[in-house]
Amino acid sequence: MSGFFDKWRIPLLYTAMALLLLAVGFGQSWTVMLAILNLGLISAVMALGVNIQWGYAGLFNVGIMGFAALGGLGVVLTAMPPVPAAWSAGGINLGLAALVIVGTIALALFVRERLPGLRGPATLIIVFAGYVVMRFFLDPASEAIEAVNSASEGYLGGLGLPVLIGWPVGGLFAAGAAYIVGKIALGLRSDYLAIATLGISEIIIAVIKNEDWLSRGVKNVTGLPRPVPYERDLQAEQWIIDLAARFETDVQTSSAIVVRLEYALLFAAVLGILMWLSQRALHSPWGRMMRAIRDNRDAAEAMGKDVTRRHLQVFVMGSAVVGIGGAMLTTLDGQFTPSSYNPLRYTFLIWVMVIAGGSGNNWGSILGAFLIWYVWVMAEPLGSGLMNLLTAGMDADNGLRTHLLDGAAHMRPFLMGLILLLVLRFAPRGLIPERSGR
Amino acid sequence: MSFLAGTNMTGGYGAADILHDCTIAVDKGEIAVIVGPNGAGKSTAMKAVFGMLKLRQGSVTLDGRDITNLTPQDRVQSGMGFVPQTNNVFVNMSVEENLEMGAYIRDDDFSGTMDRVFDLFPILKEKRSQPAGQLSGGQRQQVAVGRALMTQPKVLMLDEPTAGVSPIVMDELFDNILEIAALGIAILMVEQNARQALNIADKGYVLVQGANRYTDTGEALMANPEVRKTFLGG
Amino acid sequence: MTDILNALVLLSNFVLIPALSYGSQLALGALGVTLIYAVLRFSNFAHGDMMALGTMATIMITWGLHAMGVSFGPLPTALLALPFGILIAMAVALVTDRAVYRFYRKQRSAPVVFVMASVGVMFMYNAITRIFIGTGDQRFADGERFVLKVNEFKELTGLDQGLAIRTSQLITVVVMVAVVAFVFWFLQKTRTGKAMRAYSDNEDLALLSGINPDRVVRITWILAAALATIAGVLYGLDKSFRPFVYFQLLLPIFASAIVGGIGQPLGAIAGGFIVAFSEVMVTYAWKGFITLIVPADMAPEGLVQLLGTDYKFAVSFIILVVVLLVRPTGIFKGRVI
Repeated sequence: MSGFFDKWRIPLLYTAMALLLLAVGFGQSWTVMLAILNLGLISAVMALGVNIQWGYAGLFNVGIMGFAALGGLGVVLTAMPPVPAAWSAGGINLGLAALVIVGTIALALFVRERLPGLRGPATLIIVFAGYVVMRFFLDPASEAIEAVNSASEGYLGGLGLPVLIGWPVGGLFAAGAAYIVGKIALGLRSDYLAIATLGISEIIIAVIKNEDWLSRGVKNVTGLPRPVPYERDLQAEQWIIDLAARFETDVQTSSAIVVRLEYALLFAAVLGILMWLSQRALHSPWGRMMRAIRDNRDAAEAMGKDVTRRHLQVFVMGSAVVGIGGAMLTTLDGQFTPSSYNPLRYTFLIWVMVIAGGSGNNWGSILGAFLIWYVWVMAEPLGSGLMNLLTAGMDADNGLRTHLLDGAAHMRPFLMGLILLLVLRFAPRGLIPERSGR
Repeated sequence: MSFLAGTNMTGGYGAADILHDCTIAVDKGEIAVIVGPNGAGKSTAMKAVFGMLKLRQGSVTLDGRDITNLTPQDRVQSGMGFVPQTNNVFVNMSVEENLEMGAYIRDDDFSGTMDRVFDLFPILKEKRSQPAGQLSGGQRQQVAVGRALMTQPKVLMLDEPTAGVSPIVMDELFDNILEIAALGIAILMVEQNARQALNIADKGYVLVQGANRYTDTGEALMANPEVRKTFLGG
Repeated sequence: MTDILNALVLLSNFVLIPALSYGSQLALGALGVTLIYAVLRFSNFAHGDMMALGTMATIMITWGLHAMGVSFGPLPTALLALPFGILIAMAVALVTDRAVYRFYRKQRSAPVVFVMASVGVMFMYNAITRIFIGTGDQRFADGERFVLKVNEFKELTGLDQGLAIRTSQLITVVVMVAVVAFVFWFLQKTRTGKAMRAYSDNEDLALLSGINPDRVVRITWILAAALATIAGVLYGLDKSFRPFVYFQLLLPIFASAIVGGIGQPLGAIAGGFIVAFSEVMVTYAWKGFITLIVPADMAPEGLVQLLGTDYKFAVSFIILVVVLLVRPTGIFKGRVI
């Protein structure tokens, strides 16, 4: 019996997950079900990225939020139309600022080589001076750019390319940030990578929130181009009207369902490609080496493997996948809203997905993403339902009752923490454990 | 029956046994030394006597009492002191604090014991407020032995006390060990420097592959041509 | 001459005093993190939320005291509630250790597993705090607001620039000094404190010496919970209480602990002040100060602010990065790898 379950574990669990989603479709509404599915697919991409880092190499990345936000920024900078007025207002100064940055780095590297005795102080002085000069150009540039039609633009805009190109660009942005963090923190204690990634993600969010010339900061970038048609355009199409008639619904609903289905197909395609690549990598000699390093770092090091370098590779790759997920999320939202990024939702939730699903197993991570996203969505209505039931005996305006009902909104983090702790303790290998001995 | 005796000990860390029917014993005021080639199970035998290894067969007795099932901590309580081979001092704590920690289980006034340790190792008194991690290798060993003496043990067990110290320091340490034995404490030690150790030993155990090969007085073992040839390098 | 004095007063008012009190708060937080690290050997990601939880408990009790008509004269009522808040935090920490961390200790799990578990704990503390008090901003400082007011200072000295010392700032520094003195006395002079250091130094040898590991761990959690609550309440009195801000304090606190040398109590204190002073100085607009000390025609036009206050976390991060690159063991040679 247990052998049967082991053999069919993956299909059985995935079928159960599909049934849970279908229950929402039949019981509640298909638009809600597709919304859950779409975010589940995006979460799955991010979970896959995290699993590449954690499951393949044992790297603890607490900066998922930042890499996801960089992915979103990638979409903005790729797909939004450029703002020529802003470019002419601040472009030159901005270019000079960029030149100063490059120059500063080059000078610092040059001096470090020439003055080995004075590396520390010299670097400090050069970086400080470079920063001041850079600000000398950047400040007027950002002021000029932000003044350009600030109600709707006030930033440089993007390249005006198709939005789908923004996805790999987002992945590249995240990979770049990961390379820098990895260079610094890998090779030290495992906790230090966690702390460093926590830091970089806070800073990425701070930059995105405050550098208005880049992506309008907390004023948000709205109206991102979509890879799929708009509902209102669809509603005029005859086949949508026919579809609505066939399923005895209105055109609004049927067009919304079609749009969400198209998104779902796109996301599923990306997930499929990434999954295929990840599985290939995992079962290649490279993947075996990565797991060997994870399981016995000392032995791998003794065999001459450059562990830190391998870790950097895998860290950059995983972060790139997270960035792609972040780009997809921003595309689905149709807007880039820096203030919506919070670590509980974008970092730690993904971790719960990976751990619950089965670290080291890509199928597990994806299942975990769907399941935990489902629980996350359902936790709030369930929590308030539970609180309603518990407090049913009290007066409607009883202070404790209203307080507890308000508190129900916070059942989500509670539940997520509980799931994480329970899985870590009682099923540390997750729902679909990594297969050993292959 | 000896004061401390591990009799017919058989056991190991995993599935395979390392010790095979091995017997080690020492009496009060005596120095017993375990010698043998690398991988003979010398340290393992010592750990078995101290309870850091689960025995499948055999028993350990202390002063006639069966202590086979006591934890190492409980053995410390019942009068055994143990000096590990490495990491045997608190490097960030002063010499004095190291000795205090040795006396942690004692609720009485231990200043007398500390004075005696300082008498035994005068250099430690001088360096009492220095962190143990800043001392030389030999001094560290003295701190480690002193720490173990703070519980006023009836048995002192030393795992290669002279590993990595210079010959002069080694002689000094052996002198110290003789002094400690003269106090009436039973001493059981594992030694890599077999010849010098057997010189001061009342009893010697030559182990090979986890089993007793030769057991005799130190003097007799030194005189035994076969032991000399095989284990003492001629 | 008066210009120089005025400049110094300005600097004291906007840099020295705020950084001193913020540094005290960070130091207390970092001390808790470093103690957990020294004994349990992991970076506790739940520390910020432990601070929030202890502060939340203190605020609730303060409200209760207000409702009963109790106040503490010129001092904030929260100081009366603080001991109870600390007790609640201690209880929570001990229950958490029993329910979560003890299992991994017995298993001798890798540090990263502990860190992961602390993330789960962080979620739950966070939720508990929010269920009780919500996510909003709470100001709970009452009593006398200032020890020294700006115009009092001006009258006293006749200088143009004013200097104010808030009650919360004075309390912060006084409490920090007292608490740090106690912790150091405890670690250096008491048998239990020495046992804690011994356990942190060499676990196996501590066991051989008959030190009870469970007791050491319990004491560590008790200290850490108390330090977290004190740090949290002081921060809340000085600024305000918001659960998310306390989570974000995790970064400067970790930076403080690592700069000083993680696992080194003295380092945590030094690190707290280094991070706080850097943060305040880098985000301070130096225009006023420079205007006072240079001739009038050389006065700067801009704010002369290196980084906007929104980027204050970047300062912690940059310090962290520099330390990791240059001297990963920190100033006082903490543990690495």
